[in-house]
Amino acid sequence: MPTVSLTINGKKVVADVEGRTLLVQLLREGQRLTGTHVGCDTSQCGACVVHVNGKAVKSCTMLALQADDSEVETIESIANEGELHPMQAAFKEHHGLQCGFCTPGMVMAAIDMVNRIPNLDEETVRHELEGNFCRCTGYHNIVQAILAGSKAMQS
Amino acid sequence: MYDFAYHRPDNLDDAANILKINPEATVLAGGMTLIPTLKLRLANPSDVVDLSAIDSLNVLSVAGEKVSVGAMTTHSDVSTSKELMETIPGLSRLAKGIGDPHVRHRGTIGGSVANNDPAADYPAAVLALNASVNTISRTINADEFFTGQFATVLEEHEIITSIDFPIPRRSAYEKFSNPASRYAIVGVMVADTEAGVRVAVTGAGPSVFRVAKMEEALSNDFSADAIAGITLSADDLNSDIHASSEYRAHLVSVMAMRAVNSALTQ
Ligand SMILES: Cc1cc2nc3c(=O)[nH]c(=O)nc-3n(C[C@H](O)[C@H](O)[C@H](O)COP(=O)(O)OP(=O)(O)OC[C@H]3O[C@@H](n4cnc5c(N)ncnc54)[C@H](O)[C@@H]3O)c2cc1C
Ligand code: FES
Ligand code: FES
Repeated sequence: MPTVSLTINGKKVVADVEGRTLLVQLLREGQRLTGTHVGCDTSQCGACVVHVNGKAVKSCTMLALQADDSEVETIESIANEGELHPMQAAFKEHHGLQCGFCTPGMVMAAIDMVNRIPNLDEETVRHELEGNFCRCTGYHNIVQAILAGSKAMQS
Repeated sequence: MYDFAYHRPDNLDDAANILKINPEATVLAGGMTLIPTLKLRLANPSDVVDLSAIDSLNVLSVAGEKVSVGAMTTHSDVSTSKELMETIPGLSRLAKGIGDPHVRHRGTIGGSVANNDPAADYPAAVLALNASVNTISRTINADEFFTGQFATVLEEHEIITSIDFPIPRRSAYEKFSNPASRYAIVGVMVADTEAGVRVAVTGAGPSVFRVAKMEEALSNDFSADAIAGITLSADDLNSDIHASSEYRAHLVSVMAMRAVNSALTQ
């Protein structure tokens, strides 16, 4: 069985996987990091978004072996000793979630957005969310949360 | 997904060898089309050859009158490349409109062109800009490359290495996207090139195609008005739950006029 060796949330991980094992399976089933969700399995919903080498990707559409030698960050890594990441805090403050299923992917996508685009405006945020679906909120509060989180991250 | 053996060679020779020894092997680029296909068990390769460690496939360079884009260049890298924004802004804008940010971080130009999805964006750019597709064994002109729905002249296991785009005087792409998937219901790339004005349409038919009547009209007068009266017959166009063939025919004219206008303002 092939071995994958990578860094997950700052921790070195070596694991036996199959060729077909998806990154999200390694995270959820192998590492018990169940914050990353699987919403569609057809590469569309973005519930599975994590960062690989600093970029937001859909972990359901990447083989674990493709992440060999990479740095992976999941939703579990972003709070700092119990203190919410500014983007998480903004989602809480602005009611950017209802059931919370899409939220880990939304937050990881939002942080990636801020990393790439310093001055976000509402229209840009709406476009940038094309790969993240929410069945509950109607997006309005998610957009407000991301705009606020973006300001907080940069202050 | 059926299981397979995974390989990540760091040079083209090794990749070609693995493919040669394993007739049922397949190439993996960004995986944004292949992995969903494998998940649905629509393909069952014995081996998967990941091209991501081959550095020579991930180079974007401007040399003289052309821009060469390595096959493994991601949509995100194409959309943010300074060189491209200065030379072929129409191409970087096209890449920015593919799928969503996460798809753009992984998906590659080589994978998109090899796949020739009837609703994909890049085939319109390759054809309109009169690009050439370089493979491990030859160079193929855009006019010969795309042969039909999900079909190209590529031989089994022929790896695309890069795509050369001659720098046009001006060009632009406009698409009417499917609001859910972002794929093109109709996309039109218009380019004013050394080889004349070229108009390529994706999404509307089984495979990307050129529109001679529009090209002629635009060669005489590069303005949206020049093609205002030109409409395609709906007969050979796609019809599905998203749009009828008549609607697609109408959209081709509208998108072509928008593309001319945006080429003029770039
Ligand atoms: C949610 C979603 C939305 C999308 N929206 C759009 C859109 O709006 N517009 C659009 O155009 N596309 C869209 N796509 C498709 C996306 O652009 C893919 O990235 C692209 O079609 C395939 O590129 P890839 O690098 O992911 O290739 P892969 O999936 O890795 O490979 C695709 C095929 O090409 C072959 N291949 C790959 N590289 C090479 C090579 N160098 N030489 C020879 N053969 C090769 C593979 O063997 C495979 O058969 C979308 C995809 C998803 C998941
Ligand atoms: S679970 Fe990955 S995109 Fe939906
Ligand atoms: S909060 Fe329920 S899916 Fe987004």
